[in-house]
Amino acid sequence: MTEKLLEIDDLSVDYETARGDLKALRNITFDVNKSEIVGIVGESGCGKSTLISAILRLIAPNTRFRSGEVRFKGEDLLTASERKIRDLRGDDISIVFQDPMQTHNPVISIGQQMVDIQHRSKANKAEKRATAAKMLGAVGIPDPEARLSQFPHEFSGGMRQRIAIAMALMSEPDLLIADEPTTALDATLEVQIIERLKDLQRDFGCAILFISHHLGVIAELCDRVVVMYAGAVVESGTVREIFHHPKHPYTRRLIECDPGHIKERARVLPTIPGEVPDLANLPTGCIFRDRCDQAFERCAEVPPLTRLSDGQNAACWLNHAEEPA
Amino acid sequence: MTDAIVNPAKSKSELAIIIAGVARDPLGLIGLIIVGVIVFSAVFAAWIVPYDPIAMNIPDRMQGPPTAHLLGTDQLGRDTFSRVIMGGQVALKVALPAIFGAMAIGLTLGMIAGYGPKWLDNFLMLLFDTIRSFPTVMFALAVVALVGPSLQTVVFVVMATSIPTYGRVARTQTLTLRNSEFILAERAMGASIVRILSVHMLPNIIGVLAVLVAMDIPTVIALEAGLSFLGLGVKPPTPSWGALLKDGYALIRQTPWLVVGGGLPIVIATLGFTFLGESLRDVVDPKLRKNR
Repeated sequence: MTEKLLEIDDLSVDYETARGDLKALRNITFDVNKSEIVGIVGESGCGKSTLISAILRLIAPNTRFRSGEVRFKGEDLLTASERKIRDLRGDDISIVFQDPMQTHNPVISIGQQMVDIQHRSKANKAEKRATAAKMLGAVGIPDPEARLSQFPHEFSGGMRQRIAIAMALMSEPDLLIADEPTTALDATLEVQIIERLKDLQRDFGCAILFISHHLGVIAELCDRVVVMYAGAVVESGTVREIFHHPKHPYTRRLIECDPGHIKERARVLPTIPGEVPDLANLPTGCIFRDRCDQAFERCAEVPPLTRLSDGQNAACWLNHAEEPA
Repeated sequence: MTDAIVNPAKSKSELAIIIAGVARDPLGLIGLIIVGVIVFSAVFAAWIVPYDPIAMNIPDRMQGPPTAHLLGTDQLGRDTFSRVIMGGQVALKVALPAIFGAMAIGLTLGMIAGYGPKWLDNFLMLLFDTIRSFPTVMFALAVVALVGPSLQTVVFVVMATSIPTYGRVARTQTLTLRNSEFILAERAMGASIVRILSVHMLPNIIGVLAVLVAMDIPTVIALEAGLSFLGLGVKPPTPSWGALLKDGYALIRQTPWLVVGGGLPIVIATLGFTFLGESLRDVVDPKLRKNR
């Protein structure tokens, strides 16, 4: 029996803006089990970052939670006290951000930062430093002892991202959120970081919520995938099912657009025609209707995220076609 | 004095690099030497002065320099050179506590204003602007009228009027940093506000303020001299460059040396600290730092 670590249940988040409420997330539902790697894919602006900020409650002042719960080990994070949330952050839940060039304090040495981040530990400074060096070694930084006294600008981008991963894993979290950790890096480094994350996940046994718009990386790393479009989950399931038998037209088009899947040489890379709808002024019915080439009358209603098989859910009326309406 | 610009979070080698960088710049080197001499003479003033700076010696009054007195004597026969040296000590006694006090308070309030809630920011900014809207000399007049002239009064006046400058700079720096990704990362990792401000913001801000301190010291020295000149500064027997200048101004027909004794050190000290401050600014400029 797999144990549920993070349960997101019917989460809806709005941003209050001058143009009215921007419905950034609508009825998001998915789980992350213990020691599992779950990927979230979606275009820019589909609500991936809002989702992370909701989980960590690092929200902009104009954020409004309209419905739903974010349960971590059974406890609702949206109603937990500020104190409780702060205790979770960096201890049970850690995060690696997208741009490694920005996530370290430029004027403090890496060693000091890594010692500082262990502020919850009772260990003395020498012990903390030793832990820091050990973690740097674990993420593959050569000569970690000496490099502790160096400053962030003395490291390359890939190294900095590995340091960020080391810092995130230092508290041995149960859940590691990786917010597009390889987007700012080049392809070779991306493979390195992914391999490293896989190894570390095996060693530390933490669950990873891996956010990316790179399908290849998701397929390589994750156990399960959540596909998001314009603030809603359109499909979720195991990597095998999603990539081999996508049930939502958006997932299908997304996979077709991935350069890794294109067999023939083409002058122009395939794209999904149309634009992401305006979240402040939502169209009625299925959110993907305007761009979908298989849309029919029933799409005027919002399709629910329906369980199709043991490892797959999708929100599309096409999958209900044979059922009586 | 150079110790004052040490960033506590930086290693010794960093300080050595900064000093070497200042010394490489000719104006910086001149500033470093002048400041060094002023600090040295202020610290060891008691052993340097050839005469007691407040001992009167009426028979030898108003002498010129080519006598036993290096810079002559004033209308009460006090040795001008001794008074200049002691005046330097007084100037630093006013400037250093006033500036560092103002920096400490301004830094704290500025960081709170920059990081805290909007209403607190507005309140502190209103407070800063209110203080700044007083002309310093008027403010000094009011304070002196209330508590009487003394060294402490000057320190208080200078400190109170300098706090807004430091507060505003600290606030601006905090505002630019508060939304930076590494601060967000710290918050995501569960750091408290105190930890974020003291461990992560402070080392990023202190460098800019250190330069401001070096640039501000000459202003404060001139301010102290100005207040003493107007009789609002340190009390008469205590030697001060401003008081020397005032005596010299009254007696300029009898002996020009008092004006020289009071004026020259102000000019030299102002130049020295300004050179040092400007050179320091170039050396610690974060945009140039990475290339070092």
